[in-house]
Amino acid sequence: MRLRNVIKTYPAARGRSEVCAVDDVDLDIAAGDVQAIVGYSGAGKSTLVRLLNGLEPATSGSIQIGGTELVGLRERQLRRLRLDIGMIFQQFNLFESRTVWGNLAYPLDIAGVGKAEQQRRISELLHFVGLPDKAHTYPRNLSGGQKQRVGIARALTTNPSLLLADEATSALDPETTHEVLRLLKRVNAEFGTTIVAITHEMEVVRELADHVAVMENGRVVETGRVYDVFSAPQQPVTRRFVGTVVDDEPSTEALAALRTRHPGRFVKLELREGGPRQTDVFAVLHERGVAFELVFGGIEEIQGATFGNLTLALDGPTASVDEAVRELAALVPAKEL
Amino acid sequence: MLTALPTDTRVGELWPDIWQATGETLLMVALTMLIGGILGLLLALGLYLTRRGGLYENRVVSAVLNLLVNFFRPIPFIIFIAAVQPAARLVVGTGIGFPAVVFSLILASMFGIARIVEQNLVTVPPGVIEAARAMGASRARIAATVVLPEAMAPIILGYTFAFVAVVDMSAVAGLIAGGGLGSFAQTFGYRQYDPTVTWVCVLILVALVQVIQLLGNTLSARILRR
Ligand SMILES: Nc1ncnc2c1ncn2[C@@H]1O[C@H](COP(=O)(O)OP(=O)(O)OP(=O)(O)O)[C@@H](O)[C@H]1O
Ligand SMILES: [Mg+2]
Repeated sequence: MRLRNVIKTYPAARGRSEVCAVDDVDLDIAAGDVQAIVGYSGAGKSTLVRLLNGLEPATSGSIQIGGTELVGLRERQLRRLRLDIGMIFQQFNLFESRTVWGNLAYPLDIAGVGKAEQQRRISELLHFVGLPDKAHTYPRNLSGGQKQRVGIARALTTNPSLLLADEATSALDPETTHEVLRLLKRVNAEFGTTIVAITHEMEVVRELADHVAVMENGRVVETGRVYDVFSAPQQPVTRRFVGTVVDDEPSTEALAALRTRHPGRFVKLELREGGPRQTDVFAVLHERGVAFELVFGGIEEIQGATFGNLTLALDGPTASVDEAVRELAALVPAKEL
Repeated sequence: MLTALPTDTRVGELWPDIWQATGETLLMVALTMLIGGILGLLLALGLYLTRRGGLYENRVVSAVLNLLVNFFRPIPFIIFIAAVQPAARLVVGTGIGFPAVVFSLILASMFGIARIVEQNLVTVPPGVIEAARAMGASRARIAATVVLPEAMAPIILGYTFAFVAVVDMSAVAGLIAGGGLGSFAQTFGYRQYDPTVTWVCVLILVALVQVIQLLGNTLSARILRR
């Protein structure tokens, strides 16, 4: 999938000026990838995702999915395309007037799939999402987590190569969120479905995504592999998001509080996968006879790679501490606080 | 039972006529609800689909439909029935009698029904419609297989409400010699100073309304409960 200079403006309405919901976005998403899109409310995430299945037409730019250009297509052509794009929602959006089975049959009817094939497909998917006994239940009798699993099953009935998820776990508790994310990971792994997932929870990004794009005011301000973005966030908005799940460095107030309790100099060290390890750092301090204490931060694991942001309070003879700080700075990215 | 009634009432000899008038009311209301119900539903769909943000958003059509509904709906039926007499002559061939009453009832009720049903259609969450669009459903398919079924429970209550209103309106039929319980009560109860006849008619109407309301509530609750 390839987005180039994609712009979506909503015309000025009564009492409101024109809104540029998506502003000149370039984005590439590889087939089979899980791409997260994060951003604060109103950043344009939903709008961007709705452009991908043509629910909203782009104002200008180019959106190519598997070689097909979406921008400028007619509704009829878009409809055919949507059969290959599943979508799940924060509020699940199940048909309350239909049973779980009826919900799953709906997209198959649209696709013109015969009854026998429908039967096979639906029961297969109900088993896949772990709800084989709920086929004849109405959505109102399901829990939130079950509803979202039905939503996922329904989005997958036509075997789409792309799945769009707009805040799919935002209405769920942490435990259920975890279950749904595991299910989505299985969808990605077993069916090779490309997933584009909007979220404002970095925990979701960390658990689910391969790549992440950060949006602010309609623009994509930062993109990259999840590990890279988490370990070295560039933009202020990204740092704030990453800061919600991994500790970077103490805030000014936290730092002031720490200083009242701990003597010595504060140094923040960044440890990254493949670089010097904690033992190397501690060896330096040990050699110089510098006492140290970990006062902030810790070790994180993302996509099987670890990294740490450690803030140490160093104590000892001034000369030794100076020497230790110099050596540490040569070893890993270090910052005196 | 009849012996308990005041002796100066003719209700005893009028029973056959009362049942006939009841039958007329039932037929009048049933025909109105069938034809007016369908026309009202179509009008409601027109209103709903062409409104702002609707599946077939269309400012002009929406404005015209709204004007039409807002024009006809506030007219009291007792005036409406007289006003549409020329149209009745044109369509059903006569300006008086049973056919003219049914014609007027259909015309008057469909605008009311249209509004009631439109209000119920609006309650369908936009997200559900969006989900169907995302699956590649056409707009017409969404209207028929998502919007209507999702709004069915409140629509049934809406029709129940309309049914009762039509029973009320049908009482005016006597004005153009349309028959039914309402005009019967006026002719043989009110004008003949026979309150017993009036009250018998009232009780039959109340029973009718109760049964309809009960049916509507039960049906709607059954749909809602699933
Ligand atoms: N149909 C519309 N008409 C006019 N403006 C719109 C429309 N839809 C969205 N917008 C505007 O576009 C901007 C982006 O909205 P969008 O829903 O994409 O944000 P979001 O990042 O998904 O936010 P949230 O996290 O709250 O869902 C907002 O300023 C919003 O008001
Ligand atoms: Mg949104």
